[in-house]
Amino acid sequence: MDQTNILIEKKAAEILPDYFTGRKFKDRSFLIAIIFFSLITISFVFLIIGSLVLRGYHQINWAFFTETAPDTFTAMMAKTSGQIIPGGIANGITGSLYLVALASLIAIPFGVLIGVYLYENSEKRYASVIRDITDVLQGVPSIVVGLIVYLWVVVHITHGYSTLAGSVALALMMLPLIIRSTEESLKMIPDTLKEAAIALGTPYYKVILRVLIPTSFTGLITGILLAISRILGETAPLMLTTLGNPAINWNVTKPVSAVPLLIWQFYNDPNMVDLIWSSTLFLMGFVLILNLLSKWIAAKRNS
Amino acid sequence: MNETNDTTKPSILSIEGLSIAYDKDKFAVKDVTATIKKNAITAIMGPSGCGKTTLLRAINRMHELYPNISTQGKIKLNDENIYEMSTIKLRRRVGMVFQRPNPFPTLSIYENVIAGYKLNGIHLKRSERDEIVETSLRNVTLWDEVKASLHKKGTFLSGGQQQRLCIARALAFKPDVILLDEPTSALDPVATAKVEDLLVELKKQYTIVLVTHNMSQAARISDNSMFMYLGELIEYENTKTIFTNPKDPRTEGYLTGKFG
Repeated sequence: MDQTNILIEKKAAEILPDYFTGRKFKDRSFLIAIIFFSLITISFVFLIIGSLVLRGYHQINWAFFTETAPDTFTAMMAKTSGQIIPGGIANGITGSLYLVALASLIAIPFGVLIGVYLYENSEKRYASVIRDITDVLQGVPSIVVGLIVYLWVVVHITHGYSTLAGSVALALMMLPLIIRSTEESLKMIPDTLKEAAIALGTPYYKVILRVLIPTSFTGLITGILLAISRILGETAPLMLTTLGNPAINWNVTKPVSAVPLLIWQFYNDPNMVDLIWSSTLFLMGFVLILNLLSKWIAAKRNS
Repeated sequence: MNETNDTTKPSILSIEGLSIAYDKDKFAVKDVTATIKKNAITAIMGPSGCGKTTLLRAINRMHELYPNISTQGKIKLNDENIYEMSTIKLRRRVGMVFQRPNPFPTLSIYENVIAGYKLNGIHLKRSERDEIVETSLRNVTLWDEVKASLHKKGTFLSGGQQQRLCIARALAFKPDVILLDEPTSALDPVATAKVEDLLVELKKQYTIVLVTHNMSQAARISDNSMFMYLGELIEYENTKTIFTNPKDPRTEGYLTGKFG
């Protein structure tokens, strides 16, 4: 350290009380600032969850999961007589699960295969083009995805709003996330493992299916869960592709409801306000569980 | 020069004018001709970047995994040109063990040993499997250490045990030749000694080709030694001869620690 610097510090230490000087003070105040701002950030998360629980919990009962959304008149009658709104969001819950399942069915095979391709050919020009396109796809606003799928699927294939269109839109949004997470988790596998399998005379496709994918399985699952929790809350693309349905629907060519779509519908109906909060609480809880699950799996992998 | 004086043993591999180039004219291996004796340990020595690993990998065609590689010349395994064989068949006859132990982390010890069969979709009866696993593990003196935990994952074993497990995995196919690429460089001295003893024991049944960075290891366990420098095979002799009376000044320089 510089000689003069030491002298200045010594001088300062004589003039000022100890804790106002030098590195210790800077260190302390920086730490306090970090804790302060992190607490603000964390408290927002708890405020969100807290207010959802407070406003939403009293609507959550058995019927909430098993019955479909009531019409606006029934809701108004219940409200004026001081009761909770009857019915639930079973059409939204089943619809969301159905859409996500179909979207995963489309996006996971494509995403994992493309991810494997990128990992295997990471040096090639073609691969870096695909990687760039994947990034572009990830950046496409969800409303644009919705519009494009409307044009492709709603207009030309199902000739009307449909579950298929909704799941295609969601699959397009999942795809870049799965491609990237597949590639990243395959990259974590040491090359020596691949060599071990090849040196045993294993055909190439089996090296991928029996060694690479099982070894990075937890990574793949984590990526898929995060992609699912990402699309569970998507509303804009669904409005343009599947619209919503007051009843439970399992027909892929017919419209289906989803929890975020119901939230939007409840928002537009003054009699349904109470259901907004319980539906949002459900959606938030579901996404939270998926997130925690993926974190737990990732932690298990690392241990 | 490229024939050892040891004529008592039949040869199993013959390398004929082998040249391997990365890119267009960066040769990793230059015109190597040598025959490798059956049931012997042949060590390949040389400084880093001399092409010894590439030469070793050429014997089971693992070097073809590197991009932009071109190979000239022949390697014959029992008079069959390996470059005309399918890699799948070849690699079952020529097993390989790597620098760092690399058991499959998702498989148990038992499954690791028969991984070659599993990955190739060869169906075995339970009794056959049990027998292969037991003999292979006994061959690498690992059986007594792991017989109680055969169905646990192989990754909890120590480094030395893992490396012996990898050797057992290579042995399970009953290959003709086993290639080892600096198999003890990641192990401690005790584990190294165990692996070395094991290799000496194994040469009764198998032919062993060993790349090593460690001259004293070559001196301790090998029958014949190759010295490679800048891709060329400088000297190939009976190990005793090469260590006591090297012909080429470069070999002498390496063995006496002048470079390397």
